[in-house]
Amino acid sequence: MSDHHHDHGHHDDGHDHGTLKSYTIGFLLSVILTAIPFWLVMHKVLPSKSTTALVILAFAAVQIVVHMVYFLHMNTRSEGGWTMLALIFTMVLVVITLSGSLWVMYHLNANMMPTMQEMKAMP
Amino acid sequence: MSDTTLNNRFLVREHHPENGTLLGFWLYLMSDCLVFACLFAAYGVLGRSYAGGPGGAELFDLPIVAANTALLLLSSITYGFAMLEMQRGKVGAVQLWLAITGLFGAGFLGLELYEFHHLIEHGHGPQTSAFLTSFFSLVGTHGLHVTFGIVWLITLMIQVGKFGLTTANKRRLMCLSMFWHFLDVVWIGVFTFVYLMGVL
Repeated sequence: MSDHHHDHGHHDDGHDHGTLKSYTIGFLLSVILTAIPFWLVMHKVLPSKSTTALVILAFAAVQIVVHMVYFLHMNTRSEGGWTMLALIFTMVLVVITLSGSLWVMYHLNANMMPTMQEMKAMP
Repeated sequence: MSDTTLNNRFLVREHHPENGTLLGFWLYLMSDCLVFACLFAAYGVLGRSYAGGPGGAELFDLPIVAANTALLLLSSITYGFAMLEMQRGKVGAVQLWLAITGLFGAGFLGLELYEFHHLIEHGHGPQTSAFLTSFFSLVGTHGLHVTFGIVWLITLMIQVGKFGLTTANKRRLMCLSMFWHFLDVVWIGVFTFVYLMGVL
């Protein structure tokens, strides 16, 4: 199974550096994936702010994958799979950094920072 | 050495990369990604701490951001065209597309500097609030990357003009290609997380 996949990878190696078609597809997809979030925010299409935020974050995530595939030519085969491994490792660190900071700092703010009124009320 | 032997040797190196430059450069980009992750995390934590100053909804001008995004996206595809011409070995076309990419990049930088200048002029500099500090750090770092990308691009245009599409120059162009597309990926995060979510 994995042998077969490896074989297949060697055959279409020219694909790694992109073709006019792949660049054009990537560009068109990016334009669409950029235009929709801007339209959603500028014209306030969705009723609630949190829905809009979630939707535009989802669009960003999809567009990042599109850029990775069509512009950076990411795949599991390039450089013997090391680029993909490095990317996965980095993504894990990024998720820990981002979610960890937001989570910890949100709770610090919520639980430990007294507001001005509370400070004045303190003896 | 004829052009075909150069090409053949180049392709062979591509199939079995003995030279780790591209992988090494990818690792550098990943470490750069961590730098941006820290700046994004700082903005995520401090982005709503206005300290009585103005917030994103009052400060951000979305049409300018949309224009910036369009410029960067266009520069990405023109760099792609340069890479395609590089594979065909056409020096003139490579130089032309690189020049167009550089102009788009310069346009992006010009608009961003105009935005920064506008903000600082109206007293909304980085010292105003934690929100603006983290905003200027994140967007400024990205802008600095674009600046160095343009410097690198001009250097490579001179290199290609002087020595042609040698193996070394092709490798350098591929590294810059990764760098340039990577900056566009970071910009997706910036315009979504900072600008669009800032005006919500």
